[in-house]
Amino acid sequence: MTAFSFDAVAAILFIPAAAAAILAALPNYRMTAVVNVIASLLTLLAALSLLVTERPAPGQYLIVDDLNIVFIVLNTFVGFTTSVFSASYIAHELETGRLTAPNLRFYHAMYQIMMFGMNLAFVSNNIGLMWVAVELATLTTVLMVGIYRTHEALEAAWKYFILGSVGIALALFGTILVYMAAQPVVGEGTNAMVWSVLIEKAAHFDPALLSVAFIFLLLGYGTKVGLAPLHAWLPDAHAEGPTPISAVLSGLLLNVALYAVLRFKLLLAASPEAIGPGPLMATMGLTSLIFAAFMLYRRRDIKRLFAYSSIEHMGIIVFAFGMGGPLANFAGLLHMVMHSLTKSAIFFAVGHIAQVKGTQKISEIKGLTESHPGLGWALVIGVVAIAGLPPLGIFMSEFLVVSSTFARHPLLAIPLVFGLLIAFGALLLRLTSLAFGEPRGGTAPVEASYAPMYSHLALVFAAGIYLPAPLVAWFQHVAGILG
Amino acid sequence: MNGLTFDIAHLLAGSLVLVSFMMLYQDRLFALINVFALHAVVLALSVAWQAYIQDAHHLYITAAIALVFKAIVIPVGLHRIIQRLGIHRDIETAVGIGPTMLAGIGLVTLSMVLMLRVTPEADPLAREDLAFALSIILLGLLVMVTRRNAVSQVVGFMSLENGLVLAATGAKGMPLVVEISVAFSILIAFIVIGVFLFRIRERFDSVDVGALDDYRGERR
Repeated sequence: MTAFSFDAVAAILFIPAAAAAILAALPNYRMTAVVNVIASLLTLLAALSLLVTERPAPGQYLIVDDLNIVFIVLNTFVGFTTSVFSASYIAHELETGRLTAPNLRFYHAMYQIMMFGMNLAFVSNNIGLMWVAVELATLTTVLMVGIYRTHEALEAAWKYFILGSVGIALALFGTILVYMAAQPVVGEGTNAMVWSVLIEKAAHFDPALLSVAFIFLLLGYGTKVGLAPLHAWLPDAHAEGPTPISAVLSGLLLNVALYAVLRFKLLLAASPEAIGPGPLMATMGLTSLIFAAFMLYRRRDIKRLFAYSSIEHMGIIVFAFGMGGPLANFAGLLHMVMHSLTKSAIFFAVGHIAQVKGTQKISEIKGLTESHPGLGWALVIGVVAIAGLPPLGIFMSEFLVVSSTFARHPLLAIPLVFGLLIAFGALLLRLTSLAFGEPRGGTAPVEASYAPMYSHLALVFAAGIYLPAPLVAWFQHVAGILG
Repeated sequence: MNGLTFDIAHLLAGSLVLVSFMMLYQDRLFALINVFALHAVVLALSVAWQAYIQDAHHLYITAAIALVFKAIVIPVGLHRIIQRLGIHRDIETAVGIGPTMLAGIGLVTLSMVLMLRVTPEADPLAREDLAFALSIILLGLLVMVTRRNAVSQVVGFMSLENGLVLAATGAKGMPLVVEISVAFSILIAFIVIGVFLFRIRERFDSVDVGALDDYRGERR
């Protein structure tokens, strides 16, 4: 049994790595799209097997615990559905000549390397390895954002690259500081970078050094999470890259960085004399929420609109985790899952919409529910969900965030609710012009599979109506760990 | 630790900060790259000295990488790129030299005050290394924000990475995995940047990042 469960961890790393090598070698684009889907499906199955099999004891490099399983399963699931969406999206891009066959080969290989990097970041028990994995995932997305090689795509990729590099540089400095704090207690060598060792002994670390380290880590990984004022790369990267990449950026890569922040937050929480990570995170989260909510009003590009909405939601999630406590953590975790599912579904819809309409400008897209009912209604459901209306899942998680804030810090609830309402107004305003009224723009039929987006939306809907008891118990347990 | 070894380590790390300052006022690309090469040489010496006093032989590899890759290969490559692109004219600094130098002094003071205050119990050598490293990182950031040219932003970024290497080697017994990763990241980063530079060159007639700003999405 133990041998098998070890295989599951190895599998979620090995399958994407092997698939990347195969995809780089295969010339036929139809086949590569299929291989990409199959590899993602296998990775998802391996991740699901982690739920039922016995977990290996944490080693020097890898770990599987209750916290990261949530992230891994979510990551591989959205990775799989996105690969399905990507197959139909990419076929269209090839027809219109925006991408060529060699581009696609590169794209698919990069997709799998990115999945490898993200999975590695989640299972790594070593803070150095985690940093390497996050950086790997980032670099691959930089390359994919720039794949169209237009002015805008290059600007977006360049900006993403520069800001991302500065972010990871700060995160590495923070990682070194954590090692410095750990070294007198744990001793020299690899052990002083192993997270499961660090967390046990964190109480004896030098609190001042650990506090400074956390500030660097929060700024560094926070750049990746897209927290204001370090978010400048995010809207451009979302708007100019291929839409499947926008979906994984919003749905997954932001979560990877968030996961890194959470790991270090736990470390800090274990050291009683260090600064509390909560207020810092809550402040950054709230700032991002309110800032992004106002920015939503002036967007003219549909992908940029939803990119700002991602900043807004990451703000809410970071705020919830910053508040801490079982209820807020539970809400943050639920919100993260719901946001990943909803936002990637929205990007799936937006990708097809941009293709049939031939534009990303909001002013040139109108009356979608009439011209393309399947896409239009998916967008309506998605936006209604992301705006936080009942009965969908995000309403529930936002409600929990707000109510736990009211219970603990009523004053903070005022800016929180204010930000939520501002964002809500902006999204519904845009939605009415996009989805209803006289149709405008191309009316070509959609050659797309609706399965990925409707399966995500169905999950979000189901979660809003009824959360199964085992899931609640599991999330409550994880929320308890997060302190 | 006896006084001399400490002083030499201190001297080398301090010189690195000094060379970082020299980068701030270079207004020609070639000069900037030469100063960067000097930066890498000083880094290599500093890392090698750390390897010697810590008796950590794997650090010699890091020193060799710094010397060969950052002090020779990259500067030569950048010289070629600049010649090919025909951009060996003045750098347009976004901020004047005077304010930049003042900002640099402020950043170094900040990092000294911060790092020396939070690490009273750490090994004195590691402690000062960290303070210097943070200064170099912040100065690298300053180079990046005060320049508009893509090549000089890359140089700023690499000097920032040098600061990280200094910090990593100063932390006694830090596992090899990190040094290799830093070296690798520079390699990867350079490839990425190289690709981008050529693509930018393909699409624009300038590598001035300012030109890219005209394509902000919201103005379309």
